[in-house]
Order: sequence, then structure tokens, then C-alpha cells
Amino acid sequence: MTATVAAADARSIRRIAFSQRVSHWDFKLSPYLYISPFFIIFGVVGLFPLLYTAWVSVHEWHLIGGQGDFVGLDNFAFVLGQSQFWIALRNTFSIFLFSAVPQVVVALVIAAVLDQNLRGKTFWRMGVLLPYIVAPVAVVLIFSNMFGDQYGLVNNALGSIGIDPIGWHSDVIPSHLAIATMVNFRWTGYTALILLAGMQAIPRDYYEAATIDGAGKVRQFFSITVPQLRPTLIFVIVTSTIGGLQIFDEPRLYDQFGQGGADNQWMTITIYLYNLGWGQLDFGRAAAVAWLLFLIIVLIGLINLAITRRIAGSGDAAKVSRRARKEVTK
Amino acid sequence: MTATLETRPEESAAGSSPAERSQNRRSGRNTNGRPGWIAYAILSVVILGSVFPLYWSFLIGSGDASTITRADLPWWPGGNFLANAATVIGNETVNFWRALGNSILVSTVVAAAVVLFSTLSGFAFAKLRFRGRNGLLIFVIATMAVPTQLGVVPLFIAMSQLQLAGSVWAVILPALASAFGVFWMTQYLSGALPYELIEAARVDGASMIRTFWHIALPAARPAAAMLGLFIFIQTWTNFFWPFIVLDPQSPTLPVALSLLQSNFFVDYSVVMAGVMLSTIPLLILFAVAGRHLVSGIMQGAVKG
Repeated sequence: MTATVAAADARSIRRIAFSQRVSHWDFKLSPYLYISPFFIIFGVVGLFPLLYTAWVSVHEWHLIGGQGDFVGLDNFAFVLGQSQFWIALRNTFSIFLFSAVPQVVVALVIAAVLDQNLRGKTFWRMGVLLPYIVAPVAVVLIFSNMFGDQYGLVNNALGSIGIDPIGWHSDVIPSHLAIATMVNFRWTGYTALILLAGMQAIPRDYYEAATIDGAGKVRQFFSITVPQLRPTLIFVIVTSTIGGLQIFDEPRLYDQFGQGGADNQWMTITIYLYNLGWGQLDFGRAAAVAWLLFLIIVLIGLINLAITRRIAGSGDAAKVSRRARKEVTK
Repeated sequence: MTATLETRPEESAAGSSPAERSQNRRSGRNTNGRPGWIAYAILSVVILGSVFPLYWSFLIGSGDASTITRADLPWWPGGNFLANAATVIGNETVNFWRALGNSILVSTVVAAAVVLFSTLSGFAFAKLRFRGRNGLLIFVIATMAVPTQLGVVPLFIAMSQLQLAGSVWAVILPALASAFGVFWMTQYLSGALPYELIEAARVDGASMIRTFWHIALPAARPAAAMLGLFIFIQTWTNFFWPFIVLDPQSPTLPVALSLLQSNFFVDYSVVMAGVMLSTIPLLILFAVAGRHLVSGIMQGAVKG
């Protein structure tokens, strides 16, 4: 009898110890378990392919035949020796500038308007965001028709006010403008909302102080709003650089052939990459282009960072205002 | 990014945005601080610019093949939209129903999985203590700036070797890793979930996963809904990778649309009807949940 009680006690003690040990491991290991899906998936489908691109780029590699001989930097030399690569680089940067610069400027204006005490502000914000839900493919199908060289809506409208038709598809710069318009159509409202969020984080006391000092609305916009928005602006610029330099959907579907124009007028780097890889079935060269574009994006990112640091370093105004903010919170 | 850091999530959960706070402050300064007509005029022009291309494509899509060549475009839709839509749906190269089904399947699975994985990771990063937490979180944030799309060549090779090329799983798998999602849920949960609740659950003997399921997941609901919406739209509109890896016989909607245009004879009234058909589902979603999308963008201050 006593023996069984003692045995039962020992068992329950062991059970408590066991459940404590389980709980201990539950506590220790669970965090790693919870974050592991992201890291595993990202490693397999994100990081590994990106790094493996470098391996592919130094080999002869065909879509059908697979891996061939090690060729060193031959693929890079080939790509860099092609005038198509440089044309693609020029087009990519040109389209990027035509889309990024006006977009940020217009978005700033829209955000400044939205930042006022509007009636029905949700309606206006939603209206501005509407184009974001239209797929780039749909956007380009719509706009490539509006920018048609012969019957396009834009040329018809220009004609009615006496301007000669523009070769939106045949000429280099007009085609870049048309493609940039598509990008801007889809993203300007989105960018405006991001900037609006940044604007609303600016303490209103600054504006009150400026009003007392006699600064008008325009002066306040340039002396308070824009400097205070710098971090948000940098964020917008960095993300649009990463996305903009990889542009594919719009130029690919700008005409029905998808090659970026008869004379490569609007062929971008990603289209060039696609044509090498899935047109000419040469994965080695396509990987070399991918790696080059990756390096370009990293380089631009570093330049962005350097410029930002420099501006931030010389930005005494920012420091003063930060101090002012501290004073206010006291 | 700054906006994320400065907008504390619990406020949004309570339903008062920084906008409203600032307005209170502003109305203190100026009792009738409504902007003049010019602000509304500017916004009306912007919205007209947002809506017009869609309306125009509907005009073309409801006409016939010759509508697009007319200089005097009718400003009222014609009666051919349903006929054109039927042509899109009946078009053999496009396989419309298959594309619609694939788009719904891919977007739903990706959105649900990203929300689940991101909430799990966000819970761990925001509320659990473990070795290497800060370093790993910085790694996650840094990966948001990595253009992983440039890994397409090896990704395609891998998918071919796994016999997945052409299957929707080749589109779903790479979309499951969302650094933005992890970052977003971490930000939200670190503000919205009090430590006391977690500790109380632990004291009551709940396992970690029960704590997550019954405490963290309900608290994360508003942010999870926004993240799901985002990922859904992003996946629905994605083109580059599905275009590369999918079989034209079984595309997603954007890939199917691109096939409409590459036909030998292009009837643009049919193409535009296809554009409308592929956009209508998201228009409905926008009408229902657009306001959440707006506040999501303003809180997350992100760009896909």
C-alpha cells in the first residue's frame, strides 16, 4: 500500500518535472520555430537564387542543355560588349527619371492638398489611390492605345489643338514619356498617401510658429514641410529606385511584339535579360545581366545613402528643429 | 518608414488616426479651417485623371473593332460590352476561366500564408526574448531592399528540376517569403499586444502556441487584414514571374491579358473588355475595403 502511494508520488513528481522541461523547451525553441518559415522560404526562393545567379553567370548554361563549361567572365564580357545592353541601360534610366521625378513632385502637391482639413477626406484619399489596384498589364494595354501613333486618343487631342502627331511608339523619348506616364498613373496616388502620412507626423506647432513669424503657406511648405519630410522622401526614392530599375511589364506590353520596339527604343534591362534567357535560351548571359543590374541597384543605393548622409550632416535646420521639438514636449 | 515608427498601432486600433489628432489641434488654431475650393478643384482633376483611363477602356470595350480608330470617340458606352466579354471568355488561346481560377487560388493562398507566417514571426520578434533577435530582425529589414526578382534564372532552373514549372505552385512558393509582412506585423504587435496578457497566459499554463493562437492572433487581426489585402492585390497584379514560369494554357489573369494582345489580329474592343473583366474583381474589393487600404498605406508607408 505505502509502496504504491510512493510510486504514484514519484510518478507525479516525474510528470511535473517532465512538463516543466517541456515548458522550458517550449519557451526556448518556440521563437525560432515561429520565425523559421520566413527564413527558410526566403533562403530557398530569395537569397539562394540571387547568389546562385553569380554561379550561373560564369558558366555556359542553356535552357535545354543545362550547365556547361566554366567560362569565367566571358558572359559579362559579351553582355558589356553588346550595344543593346547599353541602350537598355540608357532606356531604363531615362524611363526611371521620367517617372520618379514628376511623380514625387506631383505626389508632394497632392499630399499637401490632402493634408488640409478636407470634407470627405476618405473619399478623396480613396479616389487618389484607385489606379493602384489596376494591374500594370491592364494599365499598359489601356495606355498603349491612348498613345497610339495613328489613331491614339492623345494624338487626336493634340491634333485638335493644332499640334502634329507625336511618334509615341516610333521615337525614343516620347516612348519613354508614355511608359513613364503609365508608371506615374499607377503609383502617384500611392506615393502621395505615403508622403501624407509623413506630413501628418510633423508637429503642428512649427506651422503655428511660422504663421506668427509671418511666413505664408508656400514658404511654410518649402521651409517646414519639405525638410521635415526628408526621411519619408528618402524612403520613397529608395523603394522607387529598386522597383523602377527592374521595370518590365509596361515596356514588354507596350506593343504586341514585346521586344522593346523595332530599334530597341524602349527596351529595358529586364526585357534584355528576358530576351537573352527565354528568347535566346542563354541562361549564362541572362544571369550575367541579372547580376549586373543587381550591382547597379546596390551602387545606386549606396550613392543614395551617401547623399543622404551628407545632407543630414549639413542639415543644421533639422537639428535645431529636433531641439525645438524636445523643448515643446518638455 | 518614419510614418511606421511614429504612428503607434494601438491608436489606429482605437480608430483615431494622426490625421484626426492634427485636425483637433488645427481647429484649435482656426475654428473654420476648411480649405478653399481650389483644393477640391485640384483633387477633382487628379481623380478625373485616375478614373478617365478606366472609363475610356470601358468605352472602347463596349464598342466594336472600329471604335478605337474613330477620331470622334463617343462619350457614351456602346452596347457591345457583353458580346466582347463573351469573345474574351470564348477565346481558346486565353482560357479565361482557368486564368480567373488560378488568380483567385494563387492570390488567396499567398495572402493567407503570408499573413500566418508574418504574424507568427511578428509575434516572436515583438514579444518573445531569444538570442539573436535584434540581428535577425535587422536582417529581415535589410532584405526588403534586396531585388530578389533578379534571381529569376536559378529560380526557373530550380522550378524546372522540381517539375513545378507551369504549375501554380511555382508562382505561390516564391511569393510566400514577405520581409515586409514580417516587419509590418512586428511593428504592429509590439504596440498592440501588452506583455501582461502573454504573461497571464503563461502563468495559466498555456503553451506558447496556444498563447499565440488565443492572445496574439486576435490582437493582430486589424493589421493582419490589411496585410492580407496588400498581398492579395500584389499577387493578383503580378506579371513578370508568372509570365515566365506559367504555361500559357494555365495562366493567371495578367498573363492571359498579355496573350490577348499577342494574337495575330488584335481587336482592341475585345482587349479592353478583357482589361475590364480582369479589373472588376479588384474594383469590387476596392469598393469594399478601399478605406482600409488607404489607412494601411499610411500606417505602413510602404511600396510594393
